[in-house]
Amino acid sequence: MGGKLLLAAFAGSPPLSQVATSAAHGEDSPYFAGWKAYDENPYDAVANPDGVIQMGLAENQTSFELLEGYLREHPEAAGWGAGAGSFRDNALFQDYHGLKSFRKAMASFMKKIRGGKASFDPDRIVLTAGATAANELLTFILANPGDALLIPTPYYPGFDRDLRWRTRVNIVPVHCDSANGFQVTVSALQAAYDEAAAAGMRVRGVLITNPSNPLGTTVKRTVLEDILDFVVRKNIHLISDEIYSGSVFATPDLVSVAELVESRARHGEKDIANRVHIVYSLSKDLGLPGFRVGVVYSYNDAVVTTARRMSSFTLVSSQTQKTLAAILSDEEFADVYIRTNRERLRERHDHIVAGLARAGVPCLRSNAGLFVWMDMRRLLGDGEATVASELKLWDKMLREVKLNISPGSSCHCSEPGWFRVCFANMSLATLDLALARISRFMDRWNKATTQHEQQ
Amino acid sequence: MVSQVVVDEKPPQQLLSKKAGCNSHGQDSSYFMGWQEYEKNPFDPVSNPSGIIQMGLAENQLSFDMVEAWLEKNPDALGLRREGGASVFRELALFQDYHGLPAFKNALARFMSEQRGYKVAFDPSNIVLTAGATSANEALMFCLADHGDAFLIPTPYYPGFDRDLKWRTGAEIVPVHCTSANGFRVTRAALDDAYRRAQKRRLRVKGVLITNPSNPLGTMAPRADLEMIVEFVAARGIHLVSDEIYSGTAFGEPGFVSVLEVMAERGAAAADVSDRVHVVYSLSKDLGLPGFRVGAIYSSNAAVVSAATKMSSFGLISSQTQYLLAAMLGDKDFTQSYVAENKRRIKERHDQLVDGLGEIGISCLESNAGLFCWVDMSHLMRSRSFAGEMELWKKVVFEVGLNISPGSSCHCREPGWFRVCFANMSAKTLDVAMQRLRSFVESTTNGAAALRRATVPARSISCPIAIKWALRLTPSSADRKAER
Repeated sequence: MGGKLLLAAFAGSPPLSQVATSAAHGEDSPYFAGWKAYDENPYDAVANPDGVIQMGLAENQTSFELLEGYLREHPEAAGWGAGAGSFRDNALFQDYHGLKSFRKAMASFMKKIRGGKASFDPDRIVLTAGATAANELLTFILANPGDALLIPTPYYPGFDRDLRWRTRVNIVPVHCDSANGFQVTVSALQAAYDEAAAAGMRVRGVLITNPSNPLGTTVKRTVLEDILDFVVRKNIHLISDEIYSGSVFATPDLVSVAELVESRARHGEKDIANRVHIVYSLSKDLGLPGFRVGVVYSYNDAVVTTARRMSSFTLVSSQTQKTLAAILSDEEFADVYIRTNRERLRERHDHIVAGLARAGVPCLRSNAGLFVWMDMRRLLGDGEATVASELKLWDKMLREVKLNISPGSSCHCSEPGWFRVCFANMSLATLDLALARISRFMDRWNKATTQHEQQ
Repeated sequence: MVSQVVVDEKPPQQLLSKKAGCNSHGQDSSYFMGWQEYEKNPFDPVSNPSGIIQMGLAENQLSFDMVEAWLEKNPDALGLRREGGASVFRELALFQDYHGLPAFKNALARFMSEQRGYKVAFDPSNIVLTAGATSANEALMFCLADHGDAFLIPTPYYPGFDRDLKWRTGAEIVPVHCTSANGFRVTRAALDDAYRRAQKRRLRVKGVLITNPSNPLGTMAPRADLEMIVEFVAARGIHLVSDEIYSGTAFGEPGFVSVLEVMAERGAAAADVSDRVHVVYSLSKDLGLPGFRVGAIYSSNAAVVSAATKMSSFGLISSQTQYLLAAMLGDKDFTQSYVAENKRRIKERHDQLVDGLGEIGISCLESNAGLFCWVDMSHLMRSRSFAGEMELWKKVVFEVGLNISPGSSCHCREPGWFRVCFANMSAKTLDVAMQRLRSFVESTTNGAAALRRATVPARSISCPIAIKWALRLTPSSADRKAER
């Protein structure tokens, strides 16, 4: 490991821990290399028009002015308002139960996003500094070092660090492919389970992201039911990362695992609840990754209690809890925000899909998220469907076309040639510029291919 | 689809990790039980005057008015606007860079230096921001210790360390025994003894962790002690973590000496150990802002800074809060007057507690920092044992109505010591606490005798009635300055 070699040079210095020196922080992957290239040469409409356009960052910048407007009209939300002791109480509040008013507002918001099809108990909400922390926390609670979580591919590259680094838990991929739109199948789950067992790893749970990152699709109801049945059969847990739940802008509507837990309970199946845990965050839906607001929601009392205690390591600033409680408990504002945000995401999504189609690049049909799953398989060439050729293409996109997009291999996709392309973190003008660059690139590629065929 | 129910399957509740099921979260200790009792029956001067007074919470509530005044004068910091009115909302909302807001790190570096009388300079690029010192301490353990490795920690120590340093990291704590024989100072012999005990347990020692100023002692480590500890870690080739979260509460002379000052004085000789000394800081105690979750690791070891920075992803500080505090700590006029006045108030409240206890024959370890005193109540125990300490503690919590922290929860080797906080209540409430304690003390044989010795002048008076008369001659705490 590179880290250990470097440290050997400092004679007499004790090594840092294995955790500190391992590469499991995952930052050596292309996902992060692209970010570095962007950081070194970032696009700016005026100052650096030939710079790299960042399309590898799943941020939602489409709805800020709604939040800004709210804070302008309600300055007390950001401050502490009249009443001596209000600042003091807030500044002192480090209770790991979290501000009750904030949890109530979150529970209500999570219910609204799901169209009222599921309800959330504020006392089951555990607050963490972001979903990054929530996912790690759940992993610490549900699995021991050396155990495994099964995760459908392609998946968010950050999971390699968030779920494995300090926990020393393993990820075993559940392979999905384009034959059925990358949906999870029971046979793929079983194959992953067997693979883990063969490697001597005890499987502790399945982790799905719904809506999916990087696919931008919601999980079908029947597939969710299959996954639930699978975890019951194997007596393991299900973590459903639903941080993109507010970004579903087209049908089919989101079917959250919360909905299924409730309906199964109504039909007398009670033991399912103890296995199901949901992760949420305001980073994507509200576009506030800087404020560090994550949620662990569990139907399992022991998990809730333990998660609360563990959240001591990652509490949400009480200042931020207070501000967001004010914003989210304004029902009218929350409704307007959810609706407007969805519309804008849909517009943006349709715009990029149309632009890519015109350039001859198809995308996986998607109805959610802040990105599209772009299909560039035919650009890899016959017999060249390999990770190496995908990375060559990715490098070209980065250096020639000056677009930072995320290669499917960094998401552990088993089919080379797919790329995640974000569309909500830039202005429409910048998006159009990116599309123009892709279009020109495709023209060049088409000409080159035609010439090649003619030779 | 019909699910196959396995007859002898365990319900998922038993299928949590070992970490979830174990006790290392430490919340079954008396430290937390006292809090629970307080929460069931909290004192309020108006609505619940016979409730339990919280003296187990090391909070600084003495200086909020100064912060509030600053906030009123600086509405832009709260309103997420630049000077001049332009909104920074969007930038802050998106800012999740684990390197931290540069303006905040710069301001924090300067503030930390100011607290050390500018005798130490802090390089902002050596600062790692974390959601509180709780997170900072754990992150350092993850970086410095493997599962099963040990850190040596002088007793008595903060009960929260048992959870923060061991729970998820799998690290071990080996106590360095300190006693009242020398004011609970750390000695070389005690360090060597702890090291040997770790070796006997086949634990690899990775470092020493000190809290300076000390929690629960409230004392500052003398320069010579710090030099000795640095020598020890240098000789053993291990790390030193100095938790300095109480550095701003040091009100005595000579002022606070940070381990970094000692390192600076070592000069060239420090090179052998400079990449193994790490400091933890927080704004929870000095500024009284525990809810904002502001902690920091300071290290000149690039590998530690790099690993800890990545790890901070699991506990970043809200950008909204970083922005506010960048403005506040960057205001030198404010920090200068805050630091001085805050210390003055802490000293005043400290003296009120020490004097009040002295009047009833209870002595404290001499201290000049912290938000608490280390109080010797051993003469009030029915038996000189930890069982006796527990019995006394329960009486004080349930009968006297004061939640104080028993020394055993801090792993103190000698029974009878208690940590009593003084900065999280009004002066009036502290008076009420002293009155209650006085009544209790009078009701015990040893207590009453000690009280007599404390208040009676040279001519001894043995008649109970005369004693009470004598008591009225001593200055009452009600004569003290009106509380803020």
